[in-house]
Amino acid sequence: MKELKLMKGNEAIAHAAIRYGVDGYFGYPITPQSEVMETLMAEKPWDTTGMVVLQAESEVASINMVYGGAGCGKRVMTSSSSPGVSLMQEGLTYLAGSELPCVVVNVVRGGPGLGTIQPAQSDYFQAVKGGGHGDYKLITLAPASVQEMADFVEDAFELAFKYRNPVMILSDGIIGQMMEKVELKEFKPRWTPEYIEENFPWATTGKKKGQERRIITSVELDPYVMEDFNYRLQAKYKACEENEVRYEKIMCDDAEYLLVAYGSSARICQKSVEIAREKGIKVGMLRPITLYPFPEKQLKDLAAQVKGILSVEMSAGQMIEDIKLAVECKIPVQHYGRLGGIIHSPGEVIEALEQKIIGG
Amino acid sequence: MKEEIIIAGFGGQGVLSMGKILAYSGVMQDMEVSWMPSYGPEMRGGTANVTVIISDDKISSPILHEYDTAIILNQQSMDKFEAHVKPGGTLIYDGNGITHHPTRKDITVYRIDATEEAARMRSVKTFNMIVLGGYLKVKPVVKIENVIKGLKKSLPERHHHLIPMNEKAINRGMEIIHEMEVEA
Repeated sequence: MKELKLMKGNEAIAHAAIRYGVDGYFGYPITPQSEVMETLMAEKPWDTTGMVVLQAESEVASINMVYGGAGCGKRVMTSSSSPGVSLMQEGLTYLAGSELPCVVVNVVRGGPGLGTIQPAQSDYFQAVKGGGHGDYKLITLAPASVQEMADFVEDAFELAFKYRNPVMILSDGIIGQMMEKVELKEFKPRWTPEYIEENFPWATTGKKKGQERRIITSVELDPYVMEDFNYRLQAKYKACEENEVRYEKIMCDDAEYLLVAYGSSARICQKSVEIAREKGIKVGMLRPITLYPFPEKQLKDLAAQVKGILSVEMSAGQMIEDIKLAVECKIPVQHYGRLGGIIHSPGEVIEALEQKIIGG
Repeated sequence: MKEEIIIAGFGGQGVLSMGKILAYSGVMQDMEVSWMPSYGPEMRGGTANVTVIISDDKISSPILHEYDTAIILNQQSMDKFEAHVKPGGTLIYDGNGITHHPTRKDITVYRIDATEEAARMRSVKTFNMIVLGGYLKVKPVVKIENVIKGLKKSLPERHHHLIPMNEKAINRGMEIIHEMEVEA
């Protein structure tokens, strides 16, 4: 019989990381994600799987420790919340520029600046448009349940190594702090040095006699070489866009109106759909699971069917830009969302839908 | 069956842990549950609340704007949450420190003087279990045997010797809760 546990989203990330065979976690505490490292420290995986868990002196140090570990072909990760993730942006662009796989969890809180410690979704732009410099992308997964917090650790590492690119799990204070039932996967062994040597010819595992030097860097002084590298990066992102889009459709078949929401807003909107349907309003919901790559085609198809779209996000309106691009402004698209750590209720979403889309 | 509950009071009253035990009891009964706390500095004083949902079916939103039951343990929470009980719903409150009693007539109001009772029983820490007992008397959403199992799951093993005391508090809560006539 499968064992179900009741735990917070943050705790689920920690347990999933140990069980998946992650080699290292480097982090610095910040509300509302501190339970990730707290759980790892309590579980002491260094005694069981050999996983390293280290509290760095800052977020800047954490992300650069991730860079070091990733360069050795190890499966390494960090987690933080908005202000901490801002500090990591330099590291993230270097990781992308050096084509290193890693997983970064952002349990988003209200901003800007030090902001609040309450949930928000206002780091969408930073995650999917690249908070650091240069033409890079972060593959971004948005969990909407504690179970997905656990499952996406594995999914994120698979994508990170498949594309040799950092992957972000973009969560928020609700999914991080809430408790739900979760089924954890069986323990998997960590990769052996032999496995890494065999599978990752780029990893710096120590130069053997006669072997070519492996150099991990993002600097290239010849702009023509740098341009070629950028074309290669873009080809990689194109492949990712073609193959990795994930989404969930809820009650879309006969929908006349559409809510688009991810993460905790998707959970709130699901309730709004239930209430609206009871009132006889035909509403459906599209939940992007990957925010980059974004489910553009699916939205474009739905735009041919519905009369209007409400983008629901705890922000001043960030994802709405990608929705508008996807539907090419063929139908009305509006945004609704509370700001700065205030959570919108299912009722408020219905009111916004009625005012901005149905009545609009 | 679906029960949407808000438990609200002061930080330190055991609001969050009461919700956790209730959620665990739901897990023991093979039901879907969610537990969404107010987190942060509230835990160290000030108001604290937790939304618990127990359901036969998958739970959509862990965040709600109206509740089947509100369990209210201080005046601030009364001011904030009385209006958010669904018509026909249930409000349970501890009279300690309450100056403005509930006024709604379209809900059923119960009072449980758990603060007083906990002091009488000389076990202030079981206050929240008295309240939980009272709640389960009027809303038997989970079986008491599953609550005990839930307690075992949510308490660290070194505290398992306290389970009989908590069970006693739950039973006492069931005895002392009583329905209130709402005055106009």
